[in-house]
Amino acid sequence: MALLHRHVSVQSEDFVLQAELDALSQGDLDLGAVTSFVGRVRQWGQGSQGLELEHYPGMTERSIQAMIDEAARRFELRGVRIIHRVGRLALGEQIVLVAVSSSHRRAAFQGCEFLMDWLKTQAPFWKKEVTASGGQWVDARVQDDEALARWGQVPGAQSNGMASSGAAS
Amino acid sequence: MHAPATSSATMKISVRYFARVREKLGAGQELQFDAASSPGSVGALREWLCAQSPEHAEALAPSQGLRAALDQAMCSPDDPLHDGAEVAFFPPVTGG
Repeated sequence: MALLHRHVSVQSEDFVLQAELDALSQGDLDLGAVTSFVGRVRQWGQGSQGLELEHYPGMTERSIQAMIDEAARRFELRGVRIIHRVGRLALGEQIVLVAVSSSHRRAAFQGCEFLMDWLKTQAPFWKKEVTASGGQWVDARVQDDEALARWGQVPGAQSNGMASSGAAS
Repeated sequence: MHAPATSSATMKISVRYFARVREKLGAGQELQFDAASSPGSVGALREWLCAQSPEHAEALAPSQGLRAALDQAMCSPDDPLHDGAEVAFFPPVTGG
């Protein structure tokens, strides 16, 4: 089903959840369900002051658009709105939003979770933990690969390299 | 040096690096090969780069567990290169 609403933004600015949900829902009277996931910057280790988020401009947007296409093929979605912040983020700040609308709750819940599982392992973002002594790149987690694997074969998806020796080896 | 007979005699490859690979090697490099001696795949390009300097050999070593993208889509080492390809090497992603 073609989506009625689609919005992708990679930005340094913060976002207001209610304003994003209003934009997702505006004018859609057959919309019965909205789900959203907001990720926040948590304390990774002792002395953590926040995160520095790097991404691959161009590929980031293409990757997110492709995952929305796949989510729309799998679930009866009406709209998707994704925001991912980049740059310097302090502890507690919002880092990512995935908001999904549908006529019914089940597709909305599933679509939101699928999109987050994809984003974690396929979208080219890298987190660096900022500390007083500099910074340290955050390691990928094998659990995130496993979370995406639950959805079965996903076209275009590649292992994030945690289970094997990595795609470039 | 003489100009190639046709434009297909050379292969231009744009290489990009991100995260800890970028910190070691810079944002990337523009490469030009004779078509006949060009690396045939993304994995072969990584091996060619590793031979360029000790820094490349360390940052792009198989033990680093890097991922690669071809023309801004995740790819596998066997994917073939083409003239004008954009190839990126980076660690496993950690967004979200």
